[in-house]
Amino acid sequence: MDRDDLLYRERFRIKGNDFERGGEVATHVKGLLKGFGLHPEIVRRLSIANFEAEMNVVMYAREAELELLLFPNLIRVVVTDRGDGIADIDWAMREGNSTATAEMRARGFGAGLGLPNIKRNADEFAIESTLGVGTTLRYAVFTDRPRDAS
Amino acid sequence: MQLRQVADCLGCDVLSGHDRLEREVDLCFAADLMSDVLAFAEHGALLVTGLASAQAVHTAEIADMGGIVIVRGKRPADEVIAFAQRRGLPLLLTAHCMFDACGLLFQRGLRSPSAGEPPVPPVG
Repeated sequence: MDRDDLLYRERFRIKGNDFERGGEVATHVKGLLKGFGLHPEIVRRLSIANFEAEMNVVMYAREAELELLLFPNLIRVVVTDRGDGIADIDWAMREGNSTATAEMRARGFGAGLGLPNIKRNADEFAIESTLGVGTTLRYAVFTDRPRDAS
Repeated sequence: MQLRQVADCLGCDVLSGHDRLEREVDLCFAADLMSDVLAFAEHGALLVTGLASAQAVHTAEIADMGGIVIVRGKRPADEVIAFAQRRGLPLLLTAHCMFDACGLLFQRGLRSPSAGEPPVPPVG
């Protein structure tokens, strides 16, 4: 994807451990995505991925930056966090595996579904992590390919 | 089923979305686990949950749900109600427990998104 094709770019800061505000970035970005005139199914899938990614930062990282990149037929999202990182990515990607605390579970998250949910809703997905440094998620949704007619 | 009928059926206190009670909901998803809602709930469905936190409202908003019923009389914080009001998201509060609320709604014709089939997640 050529950088010259970039139509819009914005970065958002997500604070770790701030449960009260967890979801505000994804909700704000959802408003932007609607404003781009995207298909509602595309907006929904991207927003679910963004929300899960945001809650992962709230639960596990100190802080992160969510970068939104709009291209003519694609939206890319890069979430770069500063935190402990993930020791075993293959383990973390399997549904049901989680290191969540009781508080996280009491908030309705931390069931080991977040990363698989992001992957399921995205058309492209990549994750890399360095212990003691942090985790970077990159995912993308093709904006001209809604999966159903909803 | 209209949200107004949901509110009548469960004796709900309407905390937000008074002007949207004519909205039709045919599907319902009940969970306290928001990741399950994000993975399996259909857009437009009613969310029944025991979670009264901001995350329940964010989840319903993100997943385009038709409204929220919070069970067992757990009143959300004022900021959570205010957020739902700003987003125009109907937020109903019932004294019924989760099981009874779901049973009453099922009796009135609401069904789960999977129409009786246990939801099977696609291989990730």
